Amino acid sequence: MSSFTRRKFLKISAATVTVASGAAVLSKHSVTPAQAAKRPATGVQRIPTTCDICFWKCGAIASVRDGVLWKIEGNPDDPLSRGRLCPRGTGGVGAHFDPDRLRRPLIRRSDRGRDAWHEVSWDEAFAYIAKKMHAIKAAHGPEAVALFSHGIGGNFLKHTLKAFGTPNMAAPSFAQCRGPRDTGFRLTFGEDIGSPERTDIKNAQCLVLIGSHLGENMHNSQVQEFADAVGNGATVIVADPRFSIAAGKAKHYLPIKPGTDLALLLAWMHVLVQEGLYDKEYVAKHGFGFEQFAARLATFTPEWAYPETGIAPDVIRATAREMARHKPATLVHPGRHATWYGDDAQRSRAIALLNALLGSWGSKGGFYTPASMDVPAYPYPAYPKPARPKVDNPDHRYPFAHETITTGIREATITGKPYPVKGWFVYATNLLQALPNEQETIKAIQNLDLLVVIDVVPSEIAGWADVVLPESVYLERHDDLNVELFREPFVALRQPVVEPPGEQKPNWWMAKRLAETLGLGHFYPWKDIEEYFAHRLTAAGLRYEELKAKGILRGAAAPIYAADGVPLTFETPSGKIEFYSPQLEQAGFDPVPVYRKHEEPPPGAFRLLFGRSPVHTFSRTQTNRVLADMMDENEIWVNADVARRLELKSGEYVRLRNQDNVLSNRIKVKATQRIRPDCVYMVHGFGHTAKGLRHTYLKGASDSQLVTRYATDPLMGGTGMNVNFVTLEPEATRV
Amino acid sequence: MVIDTVRCVGCMDCVVACKTENNVPEGFNRDWIAYDVQGEFPTLQMEIRSERCNHCDAPPCVYCCPTGASHVHDVGGVVLVDYDKCIGCKACVASCPYGARFINPEGYAEKCTFCIHRVEEGLDPACVSVCPTHCMHFGDLDDPNSEVSTLLASRRHHTLMPEAGTKPRIFYLT
Repeated sequence: MSSFTRRKFLKISAATVTVASGAAVLSKHSVTPAQAAKRPATGVQRIPTTCDICFWKCGAIASVRDGVLWKIEGNPDDPLSRGRLCPRGTGGVGAHFDPDRLRRPLIRRSDRGRDAWHEVSWDEAFAYIAKKMHAIKAAHGPEAVALFSHGIGGNFLKHTLKAFGTPNMAAPSFAQCRGPRDTGFRLTFGEDIGSPERTDIKNAQCLVLIGSHLGENMHNSQVQEFADAVGNGATVIVADPRFSIAAGKAKHYLPIKPGTDLALLLAWMHVLVQEGLYDKEYVAKHGFGFEQFAARLATFTPEWAYPETGIAPDVIRATAREMARHKPATLVHPGRHATWYGDDAQRSRAIALLNALLGSWGSKGGFYTPASMDVPAYPYPAYPKPARPKVDNPDHRYPFAHETITTGIREATITGKPYPVKGWFVYATNLLQALPNEQETIKAIQNLDLLVVIDVVPSEIAGWADVVLPESVYLERHDDLNVELFREPFVALRQPVVEPPGEQKPNWWMAKRLAETLGLGHFYPWKDIEEYFAHRLTAAGLRYEELKAKGILRGAAAPIYAADGVPLTFETPSGKIEFYSPQLEQAGFDPVPVYRKHEEPPPGAFRLLFGRSPVHTFSRTQTNRVLADMMDENEIWVNADVARRLELKSGEYVRLRNQDNVLSNRIKVKATQRIRPDCVYMVHGFGHTAKGLRHTYLKGASDSQLVTRYATDPLMGGTGMNVNFVTLEPEATRV
Repeated sequence: MVIDTVRCVGCMDCVVACKTENNVPEGFNRDWIAYDVQGEFPTLQMEIRSERCNHCDAPPCVYCCPTGASHVHDVGGVVLVDYDKCIGCKACVASCPYGARFINPEGYAEKCTFCIHRVEEGLDPACVSVCPTHCMHFGDLDDPNSEVSTLLASRRHHTLMPEAGTKPRIFYLT
């Protein structure tokens, strides 16, 4: 590691850290900060806004008591939260009070031998960034600047960078998460699943979950609907190497061998077709290439799948028949984090095809057709046309990637091909934990002339930056309007509830000031973001003042099911559901998914699986003291019999060593019956190595550190990350 | 209070809501999640429970309190602690079979109050009001027509450690 000169993590001087209780001041909506300092408001104010602890953007109402943020609850008018937030949203108060927050803009000085961070003014920071950006543009063109961002907060930065002239902007949510799923569904139905997912969980009579963390992954609307479905007595079928929360609710729990889900899906489809249990009318009306599809399924019998998956043939048949019994109200959930083995788009396509056989696409209890409000975009000047195409996917190497590939930008930054990338902006995503193989990320960073990180805490990626811009947390800022595509149309507003405790600024302000410093001020014709909101809402026939008061404006609900008159149309080449895909065949891929074996862990090693906790989002909430009190380090789940054999007990520390000899930080053992013996599991987001994250520094282990290998999906460039193997080393005996 | 273990996913929203509503100090919580796993992989049963003070009808914490700080409140028979009378002797902490009490860093015994300040305003306790799975129900067990009574009449349920003789008043639907 010492060869990397930029490995300088943030040091925040004690003087810049104020105590939490003194940090909060009044809402903008009552008095100015100056007034607040003199005269704290008394009583409780309730201000509607939207949550940003994850990207679900639930409607929330924050209570400010005597000028200090007190609590956050769901907004009953909000279709996403239905008046109830998830634990992270409820614990969002901890984000505002977090004593580990970034407070002032920081610039790394050129003397890289020492840890030289200087606090600077915002003007100095923008002047520095603009100078570097102009130099990059002069030498390499504007396309040599790229943006990595996550969530709605990145919208204005995207606008500034498009105005600058680059097309290179990506989010890990595609190539490291839901990308393969959306590609698989697009190839089949011609449409994405979207986010929030268009899954009608609450009306499902049979819900099939494959490796799902529903209930652990707290996507609020989905978990609420899951509880509704379970409460209504829906039949739940769960295939998972781990006895998940969802498995605890299942009628059928299938303890599948990791990496063999596609074999199970093919066998299920084989049973439905062979026994004539599929929705024949639906398939005849909407399907394309069914006969070729059915012929290719012939050999995928439950008996063939048994040795692959470990699931007995009679269980495969019984669960397939159960799905057929409830069709079309059987929902085979497409999942979300789908980057597992590198053949993920094809696995997702198999999930899409299974749903197609059951007639669930367009049906109540299956997949509904979402609606959104028509809120026109702001009429900005036209962006300059980039001279070169996006850098991430040269020659359409991944022909079915419909979004930008983060790891493609990273690779171009390392190789300089198809053209050099010399500047990165990173907004609200901790790239060192979000992308696989952190050494590749570090290698790319070494090639940069400029790395700007915008974050709320001194994350690992901030530690590598040249400039760190401290953002106000969501409770202290406006963000872009959320015009959601969901069960019913609505628009929601995020607005400040309290003032930031330091010099933190909202992203829209940074994006606008940066544009002005770059000489691109004409791309921001509005004075402030409220003027921007008013303009867009007026164009939509809505009133900003009303949205400000209510937080949510709902449109007229429209039918969402085919049975209620929503036309079923498919944006595929054939205009139908493609059971057999000529476009895949033409591109040299399997037109019907085919199962291929994945490498198995060598003797004595375990496949490393990772997932979610309901109280944390990625690697960004571990310093939130309220949420840290719920869970402040992760554990490694080890099958109880395996743990006994290895003489490991729950609560003892081990380190994990992967196939490339990378050794993790220490992590507590959780010896449990709830996992297969051939794999181990941990919650993602812990094992932080940035010292500025004082509360969580070196607590637990980081799965991303151990994900040195990844299998790239040839269809869309997703990075399958469940292909790493580890051994366990007791902490006491470590040399 | 009636809690539906079938709907509960153990997300801890109840724990977080209690913390912010009641300013529970860092490092402590008044409620928690219990995972009761039975069987051997892969044939397992799991019951997930949101647990807290059971506001027992026969409360050992009240019986053992030397100062009268722990008491049964007039409204709804809620078991409360009068922080001014509490001397932090920990007798109640030791007597509670559910581990529901802790000593606040300021020196007094603290635990779930059923959010009596909310209940007296006609609101549900914070944990009940936030639960995204709607698995928790609060109401009058003496009223046969209340939601909680109706649920207990129609669903199988159990309490925690009935053998301790504390007559707990939180019921878990299974």
